[in-house]
Amino acid sequence: MLLNATDIHKTFQTADGPFAVLRGVSLTLAAGDTLALTGESGSGKSTLLHLIGGLDVPDQGQIMLDGVDIAALDDTGRAALRRGTVGVVFQQFNLIPSLRVIDNIAFQARLAGQHDAAWCAELADRMGLKPQLRKYPEQLSGGQQQRVAIARTLAPKPKLVLADEPTGNLDEATAEVVLSLMLDLVSETQAGLLMVTHSDRLAGRMVRRLHLARGQVA
Amino acid sequence: MTGAVFAALTSHWWRNPLQLFTLLAGLALATALWSGVQAVNAEARASYDAAAATLGEGQFDQLLAEGGGPIPQATYIALRRAGWLVSPVVEGRLNGVRIVGQDPLTAPGGLGPVTLDQGADIGAFLSGQGQIFGTQEALDQLGDIDADPVLSPDVAPGTVITDIGVAQRLLNQPDQINRLLIAPRQPLIQTALEQAAPDLRRQPAQGGSDIGRLTGSFHLNLTAFGLLSFAVGIFIVNGAIGLAFEQRRPVVRTLRALGVPLPRLIALMAVELMLMALLAGVAGVMLGYLIASLLLPDVAATLRGLYGADVAGTLQLRPVWWLSGLAIAMGGTAMAAGGAFWRLARMPLLAGAAPRALAMAAGRRAVLQGVAAIILLIAALLLGITGNGLLAGFAMLACLLIGAALALPLLLDRVLALLQLRAGEVRAAWFWADTRQQLPGLSLALMALLLAMAANVGVSTMVSSFRLTFTGFLDQRLASELYVTARTPQEAAALQSYVAPKVEAILPIQSAEAQIAGFPTEVFGARDHATYREGWTFLTAAPTPWDDLAAGEAILINEQLARRSGLAVGDIVTLGATPLTIAATYGDYGNPIGQVIITEPLFARLYPSETPLRFGLRMDPAAVPDLVQSLAKDLSLPPDQTINQARIKQFSLDVFDRTFTVTTALNVLTLAVAGFAILMSLLTLAAMRVPQLAPAWAMGMTRAQLGRFELIRAVLLAVLTAMAALPLGLALAWALLAIVNVAAFGWKLPMFLFPLDYLRLLVFALIAAALAALWPAWRLSRTPPSDLLKVFSNER
Amino acid sequence: MNVKALTFLLFPLAASAQGFAGLGTDADGFAVPKPDPVFDFPADHGPHPDYRIEWWYLTANLQAEDGTPYGLQWTLFRSALAPEAGEGWTAPQLWMGHAAVTTPDAHFVTERLARGGVGQAGVTADPFAAWIDDWQLAGRFDALTMTASGPDFAYDMDLTATGPLIFHGADGYSVKSASGQASYYYSQPFYEVAGTLTLPSGEVAVTGNAWLDREWSSQPLAEDQEGWDWFSLSFEDGTKLMGFLLRQTDGSAYSSATWIDAESTTAYGDGAFSARPLAMAKVAGREIPTSWQVTLPDRGVDVTVTAIYDGAWMETSVPYWEGPVTVSGSHQGKGYLEMTGYE
Repeated sequence: MLLNATDIHKTFQTADGPFAVLRGVSLTLAAGDTLALTGESGSGKSTLLHLIGGLDVPDQGQIMLDGVDIAALDDTGRAALRRGTVGVVFQQFNLIPSLRVIDNIAFQARLAGQHDAAWCAELADRMGLKPQLRKYPEQLSGGQQQRVAIARTLAPKPKLVLADEPTGNLDEATAEVVLSLMLDLVSETQAGLLMVTHSDRLAGRMVRRLHLARGQVA
Repeated sequence: MTGAVFAALTSHWWRNPLQLFTLLAGLALATALWSGVQAVNAEARASYDAAAATLGEGQFDQLLAEGGGPIPQATYIALRRAGWLVSPVVEGRLNGVRIVGQDPLTAPGGLGPVTLDQGADIGAFLSGQGQIFGTQEALDQLGDIDADPVLSPDVAPGTVITDIGVAQRLLNQPDQINRLLIAPRQPLIQTALEQAAPDLRRQPAQGGSDIGRLTGSFHLNLTAFGLLSFAVGIFIVNGAIGLAFEQRRPVVRTLRALGVPLPRLIALMAVELMLMALLAGVAGVMLGYLIASLLLPDVAATLRGLYGADVAGTLQLRPVWWLSGLAIAMGGTAMAAGGAFWRLARMPLLAGAAPRALAMAAGRRAVLQGVAAIILLIAALLLGITGNGLLAGFAMLACLLIGAALALPLLLDRVLALLQLRAGEVRAAWFWADTRQQLPGLSLALMALLLAMAANVGVSTMVSSFRLTFTGFLDQRLASELYVTARTPQEAAALQSYVAPKVEAILPIQSAEAQIAGFPTEVFGARDHATYREGWTFLTAAPTPWDDLAAGEAILINEQLARRSGLAVGDIVTLGATPLTIAATYGDYGNPIGQVIITEPLFARLYPSETPLRFGLRMDPAAVPDLVQSLAKDLSLPPDQTINQARIKQFSLDVFDRTFTVTTALNVLTLAVAGFAILMSLLTLAAMRVPQLAPAWAMGMTRAQLGRFELIRAVLLAVLTAMAALPLGLALAWALLAIVNVAAFGWKLPMFLFPLDYLRLLVFALIAAALAALWPAWRLSRTPPSDLLKVFSNER
Repeated sequence: MNVKALTFLLFPLAASAQGFAGLGTDADGFAVPKPDPVFDFPADHGPHPDYRIEWWYLTANLQAEDGTPYGLQWTLFRSALAPEAGEGWTAPQLWMGHAAVTTPDAHFVTERLARGGVGQAGVTADPFAAWIDDWQLAGRFDALTMTASGPDFAYDMDLTATGPLIFHGADGYSVKSASGQASYYYSQPFYEVAGTLTLPSGEVAVTGNAWLDREWSSQPLAEDQEGWDWFSLSFEDGTKLMGFLLRQTDGSAYSSATWIDAESTTAYGDGAFSARPLAMAKVAGREIPTSWQVTLPDRGVDVTVTAIYDGAWMETSVPYWEGPVTVSGSHQGKGYLEMTGYE
């Protein structure tokens, strides 16, 4: 099993006191599998994604990713995980504004030490970014920027792709195109895909679906 | 990974050259300010030390031939064999260069700046061929002579130093010596000087002369200014670094999210920063050097005037400047970056949690900052009340400055909150609230402005007070129109009878040494004359000090003696066996030792062997040049035995006016640097401003209006800062004059206030702030409406 | 250039392989002592400008009427930059005078420097006079007057010799190392002294005995010799012992000694004389042995030599330790100890 999260708990401190975002969530994902994580705002789906991506640590529970318990890793270990094994597509794109598109695409692969120029070129081509390679992110439309972000995530061929509302900032038509591209590429690379979305329509394109409500699997 | 991260980090600067420029320029300017001031200081000091040491006159008593002219070498040997530790000096001019020949084995102060390292050829120095030490200019001017030239930049300009044997040969003065330096420590047993060398007269050391001590004080002022400029510089470095981090916060977050470990990221950013600091440091030192060389002709003139000695008008870039300048740039960067890295390391990786956490952290910081400010200001107050001594003075300065700087943002915040509360009109209320919101981003720049202004107020006050005191002192002490010195008692007698019909009054200047209350003291015998009665002002005095003095029952003492001995008006001291009541204390600026004045008849009774050789002549100032000429003609009194008081006074005032030029230049420079800090802050804030201003624009304010508000805001904050800076600057000046100066020199400089100067400074500061705000405001007023609209469309 | 740095060059105290006070440096151009010397008096009491270094070195053990012991030193060093006498300021002869008085609880020391050639310092053989500034050692060689004065002390002494000159080593040719470095070295150890010490506490009338060393050479130390420990001991039975150790950088030492009794003088080569530190004292920031076990088995000498005042440090341009000592053990007596090259 690529991913096996069991009994995940996470509580945040807020101005109104502690708020339990996740209360014992478990999920599994196999390589090549795709899973939609849906739920209302505040249901804890983004937090779960962050925990799986090693961006944060759970208060309780185990997250086995490719045989490693990432909840037990230290900061540096989790950083290494983010570089190679997992790729995250953010809603806000999080491109590096001072790098050209071509360098943004290659960036994470370079970080992971797995840069493959041919693969990057193919990604850019498939994403329809060829005319944009020499541009800076700010010169691109939102849809183009997200395509760059997806290409960047896939460039090091991660085993698990996490996407947090990847099309949340895009119009419907663009969102459709971007999602299709992402699904195609994920299935080609035999990666697992875990996508947070609040859209039933998008969730329907995934193989499986997990609905969170008040920090628990509904 | 390293390469990719480094490329990402550096690409930020290439995409945002303005940010790069502000960072580098901030660092460079801070370094320049500091190294410039240090350079001026160091050069002035080095030149003076060289001159003083070379002349060797300040430090030691000397023996000179009674009638002027050379001393036979045999007399020197006879003195040594009689137990007198004296050292011969041969002096003369060759090709316009002053040649000083000394004997290194007996010279009490060594050869001053000339050092022979272990590798140097001592044999060559002492041998017949000889070595001659001097600056390049002096050696060039000396031309081709029969001695090996050795470049020694620390020798006084226009002077060369060589062995006495070589000097005698070059000057063709075999077996002749011009003067003998008397070592301060003499053996227990020696023949009386009158017996060992009856033809020589002893000239006391001049190291403790009035001017010499004023000079020390002037140097201290420069040092204080150097420290202040250091503080301003550190603030600016801190500001520049802080802003650089702020600008890159999102990128740092992205990089971490993509899997760059935090330690690696911090290490890479540290390397990047240090490279920049190095680059900026080098540029800053060179800039400082440029500033210093522009200022230096004035400083040199100042010192030349003060010392009457040559101070090189050129600057030599010494390694120590490079080191200290780079240390400032890199140390300041490291200090500033340390805090920024700490915040970065604690920054939550996920953006969502950030604003609240940051706001909470900022709140805590504000409380801490407030507490620290209050503690420091209380410490400064306590030190000011109780402290004495140099250390306490400087500690108080430090507490005061840092405390005030830390308190400034909080103070401004309170003031703005108050103004917001009072604002009746909605646009005004918005303006104040918006200004408050801006404050955190601008606070570092405003602190720098505060320190710069306070330093300027402080230094202006100090220098101007100094000038007033000094001119008052000159008026009092150099009241006579002409001063004449006779060489022998016979000449003195002839002189008196010669000038008696030509002048209004002859005031003999005669002194002797005595111990009063255990302190070495100069005793002056003063003739009872209106010059003194009318010209002198006292610090403290009995009702009729001059009458008491004339009655022969009273004594006037200087401030130094009063402070050291604890004596005050009304106390009784004995001189010889005569009890005398202290009738007054007077300011005696610059004098290191005690001084007292008694009336002339009493002086004659106590010191019958002292015959006055110096005389002050009261006369029509217009007749002075004629009298000097006729003295030369009829009494063959050389002109250098006469001192034209008006000339001295004018000269001294010129000197201080030059000091002003330097001070003003430095003032403008510090303000410019502070203004630059404001500009940097505003430019950085500009990007954040758009979302803040968009709602105001949407609600009907024009962009031009918004731009104007930006400008007004900057000027207003500068005004508020200036209002805080004025009392701070005055406290600073007070500490320098009343604590530091007393501790360093034993006398207190009276403090005067110069409202016009402060006003001018305020105008300067406002102009600096307005200039700094002009461009950002203009840019804002030109923001395309689409950018403003984007704020709404982008917001989720 | 301060005087200190300068004299460092003239009389360099090298921590390096140069030996103490530059005495291990090359003898280039200078005359070198040769075996079987023939001395010519009074001329040899005077200076030998052909040699690099020379001294007139007097130490005295004195006693006040109340029994308080005092030590006194009067030394004139000559150091030549070139092997010629010369005239005027450029004469290459430099002079350094050291004077000191040691009491049981204080040490007073002062130094003078002078150029030869202008009359400020020098030595004449006949009549004998050695002087620097106002300090002077003059008269007939067997009846001298001696004066010196510093900022905090002065003295004025009369000396009378009651015995002959003593020649060390091989008839005055004193070998200093295994590789043959040597000096000319003779002494007058039989002076009786009387005079006045002027100290901060007042004047003190003293009497006692003095020992004058005359030595000149151009390179008396080997390069690997870093300093010496020199003893001049006068025993109560009238016999005297001069012995020294030249410490080598490898930790070994080269020793030499002269035994003086009423009948004869006996020279001892390397190894016969030994001296071993017994106690160290912290003096001027260094560890200095101020108590020694000194033996000369051939004469049954096994004594403890102890400094009267540990702090007899000569804080001069070339610093060293020089002070009076008491002797106990197989022989009783007193004497002087000199230790150089302690860093």
